[in-house]
Amino acid sequence: MRWATRAGVHIDRAACAWLIRRHIDPAAEFVFLDDWSDPAALPADLVLFDVPGAGFGHRGEDCTFETLLRVHELHDPVLWRIAEVVHVADLDDDAFDAPEAPGMDAVVRGLSMIGTDEQTLAVTDAVFDGLHAYHRQRLLRGHEPA
Amino acid sequence: MQLWLHRYVTSATVGREWVVLSHRLPREPSGPRTTVWRRLRRMGVASFGDGVVGLPADARTREELEWVAADVVAAGGRAGVWLARPVTAEHEQQLLAEMTAARAEEYLALAEAAEQAAGLAGDERTRELRRLRRELRAVTRRDFTSPPQRDDAERAVARLGRPAGGAGVEQARATTAGPA
Repeated sequence: MRWATRAGVHIDRAACAWLIRRHIDPAAEFVFLDDWSDPAALPADLVLFDVPGAGFGHRGEDCTFETLLRVHELHDPVLWRIAEVVHVADLDDDAFDAPEAPGMDAVVRGLSMIGTDEQTLAVTDAVFDGLHAYHRQRLLRGHEPA
Repeated sequence: MQLWLHRYVTSATVGREWVVLSHRLPREPSGPRTTVWRRLRRMGVASFGDGVVGLPADARTREELEWVAADVVAAGGRAGVWLARPVTAEHEQQLLAEMTAARAEEYLALAEAAEQAAGLAGDERTRELRRLRRELRAVTRRDFTSPPQRDDAERAVARLGRPAGGAGVEQARATTAGPA
């Protein structure tokens, strides 16, 4: 499928792209929109995410990453732990205890200043793989990985 | 108006681009109205008039107001997000001065709380330090004009965070240090 989001990706969109590739649609193609003022005018085959007012976005208290987890019924506790990090990094609302969040937010914002969205996602995919491995082991063993 | 405010708003910031949210929500239910109001307050928006608020435009402020607009529409209201430039400097200066004064007050309260917390010890001090750091980050995030009180608050919270070994000296310094 062709997934589309706003250009200049930040934490929520980077996390969603990783989630889509790893857990929803391995063959996903991404399109970065410079203009999303009229979502109805975009090609109909595009699946929009994190575009205000269209497609999968923030819903209620949820950021887009959480919306995708709910819609696709992904119940993996590791993904929900990552969702806490993404939520706090994106919304900065203290909803969860996620000490990684401010650091992740700063790194992704910085990446979007020095490279294209494709380059940012190449880095953030690896970062989220690492975060996933860390929290997976933490949950399995019940304590912080060494 | 205080002199430093006046000096600030007549400098390079006049004539910037603003992202403006115009919105109207049904009076009932009051839940969504309260949620929107809280979110806007947290963002530190300037109030242009009834149902019209704005922030200096950048990618983040634009995105945040776009999400609020989407939520207003989802709650049965009307909302739009606009990019705007002032034609009259006076009104913009008023808005910037109001935003600056609101942040200055928050920074001042933070600096005072940090100085009071210097008298705490152990876990209580750590908890208060964490709270103040979080609050400082939140205020800094909604600060678009960096009033001088920001330095005072940052210094006061940083002083509180120094290791316990130097606490006595730092505490003495904290009570005597004036603005740089």
